[in-house]
Amino acid sequence: MLELRNIMHHSAPFTFRANLTIARGEKVALMGQSGAGKSTLLGLIGGFITPDQGQIIFAGQDLTEANPAARPCAILFQDSNLFPHLNLRDNLGLAVSGARKRTASLDARIARALDKVGLAGFEERRPASLSGGQQSRAGIARVLLQDRPVLLMDEPFAALDPGRRREMAALISALCAELGLTLLLATHDFNDAEGICDRVILLEAGEIQADCPIKGLRKTAPAALKPWL
Amino acid sequence: MANRPQPLGVMVWVGMGALALVLALTLSPLMTIAAFGRDGFALRITDWAAIHFTLVQAFLSTVLSLAIAVPLARAVARRHFWGRRLFVALMGAPFILPVIVAVFGIISSFGHNGLIAQILRPFGVVMPEIYGLHGVVLAHMFFNLPLAARLILQAWQDVPQERVRLAQSLGLGHAAFFRHIEWQILRNTLPPAFAIIFLLCCSSFAVALILGGGPRATTIELAIYQAFRFDFDLGRAASLAAVQALLCLVLGGIALKWTRPRNPLGTGLDRPLALPRGGRIAAVSDGFVILVAGVFLILPLVRVLWLGLPHLIDLPSQVWVAALRSVVMALFATAICLCLSLHIALTLTRLKAAPYLEAICLLALVISPLALGTGWFLMLRQITNPIAWALPVTVLVNALMALPFVLRALLPALREAEASQARLATALGLQGWKRFRHAYLPRLIRPLGFGAGLAAALSMGDLGVIALFAAPDHATLPLEMMRLMGAYRMQEAQGAATVLLGLSLCLFWVFDRGGRIYA
Repeated sequence: MLELRNIMHHSAPFTFRANLTIARGEKVALMGQSGAGKSTLLGLIGGFITPDQGQIIFAGQDLTEANPAARPCAILFQDSNLFPHLNLRDNLGLAVSGARKRTASLDARIARALDKVGLAGFEERRPASLSGGQQSRAGIARVLLQDRPVLLMDEPFAALDPGRRREMAALISALCAELGLTLLLATHDFNDAEGICDRVILLEAGEIQADCPIKGLRKTAPAALKPWL
Repeated sequence: MANRPQPLGVMVWVGMGALALVLALTLSPLMTIAAFGRDGFALRITDWAAIHFTLVQAFLSTVLSLAIAVPLARAVARRHFWGRRLFVALMGAPFILPVIVAVFGIISSFGHNGLIAQILRPFGVVMPEIYGLHGVVLAHMFFNLPLAARLILQAWQDVPQERVRLAQSLGLGHAAFFRHIEWQILRNTLPPAFAIIFLLCCSSFAVALILGGGPRATTIELAIYQAFRFDFDLGRAASLAAVQALLCLVLGGIALKWTRPRNPLGTGLDRPLALPRGGRIAAVSDGFVILVAGVFLILPLVRVLWLGLPHLIDLPSQVWVAALRSVVMALFATAICLCLSLHIALTLTRLKAAPYLEAICLLALVISPLALGTGWFLMLRQITNPIAWALPVTVLVNALMALPFVLRALLPALREAEASQARLATALGLQGWKRFRHAYLPRLIRPLGFGAGLAAALSMGDLGVIALFAAPDHATLPLEMMRLMGAYRMQEAQGAATVLLGLSLCLFWVFDRGGRIYA
């Protein structure tokens, strides 16, 4: 279970406050306008931002002061998930060793991860030679290698066309189901949220405005969420 | 469908004319130099020594500037401290400072009898003489360290936040973070910065004039000046000018090739960057670098004001006359520069060959003022007395020198106006002046103000062509100040330095502020 207890983070003129509990394996969509606090929430959980007040607890362990690498979280962005000067093998290798030491077992793990996202045989390719969709899938392969129970996704589909979005959503759903990942997905698009998540949180000016299951939401959405459907 | 007449078509032709004029004003002196040396350029052994010294001092100045700029840019990028914005703005100040004033400040701060020497003397530490190679290098570092730091800082601030967070999430250590993030920035930023600074150090004149000299510390520019002023050996001056022009053209070509915009780490979502700040040792080292760089940049300016203010009321009348002359010349140079650059910019936004045509304007930056001045002197002496034309030629060369910078300020704003306003203006049937007035001018006022300030300040502080062939009674303020220093009238020189510093900054501020107010 992931808990945010009385979290407060102030970065003038913006103040973020949250009390939140997310069950293991739950898939949560974070929605709201730009500047509402979606990325701040992901940053707090991921360890990129330290709260001024409150605690972040995962599986009973206080992570509030832990650095990002020590947290049980992997993160995927819209862009910049891969280092452009490294090929996919070296990019993915960083997720395991943090360095560029090559071993046969590491190569085998990388090959398996690439195979899982449909990029078998792409080890030597550099990110610039891949399409946007392939780069996103390579980012997911890296997440698989990181092998962390919480996946944070910061608007990962924003740059993809509708076909690729659906493809990626299906891939993420399948991986979450297979590995039992807890997912937090920041998005502007309710269709993305509906395709992957089972709960939606609406943020506005740094506060949680709505928090409800996604199933049946189109019929029973609270007023604050209706404009997003 | 019949082609519609291009709106602003006349302006495009005027712009092409302005480009042709720039080309003629830049190349004709070079061709004159080449023609003058058609029987073969003759260089003495001392001239080869000057070429060697030019390259050595430029190399040392560049390497040392970059070596300090990297930790400085990194420290400024990852620290938030009181006065940070002012500090970054201050790093732009040396660019508009009159070189002779800055050098004066450096001598009075770091020289054999400077402030630092006075502070250290009771402890038994004696500062070495500042004249010679190390003085030239130190002065070039004063001008180029902030330039390099700003170039690198900009690249550092362009790193997508996502990339840094990814590195943090992957737990990359210091070495891996340097290799995958910082080195990727530096390997793209350092080569163009090296080329630009090396070029600037090769073509710098006033620094070598004051701090160099003698057989062991003469640059090519200084050798041209000496051949001209002391020996009146025009053949040798032309030979040296040809070497200087060739050297600068090659370096300029390399700089242009290396300065193509590249973003090695992608764009991200434009979120504010928060670089990892490291531990206590990193905080101490960052603070030390910022403090030392701050003192290095501020102390000379404070010294100029401190020493010069008490002597303002005693200044001889020729200083005030020279000041007035300099202001008038700076205003003329600014007007010419703005007129040329505005028309050229309007043309460049409409032509596919814009990058090549823009390179023509960079010629003036690449070719040294002394090489241009030598060519102009040789041209004019065939038809008239060149000394009588010293002031107009100086105004013209100053306008040409500022042109690339003003053009760089105008072009992005003009391209933005073209992208956002051109269709509306066409739909409303606006053409010619009306189109310019309503669609473009509102976007251009701010960069025009900045460009005018830059051109005026650069012209105000110029000590290039005017030193080459000015009449004794037609000195500009920088030249007058140099004459006072040469005559060891140091208190008057200190006062003149303060006047020059004040006028340069004042001109820049008035134009820049005007552009901001009316934008």
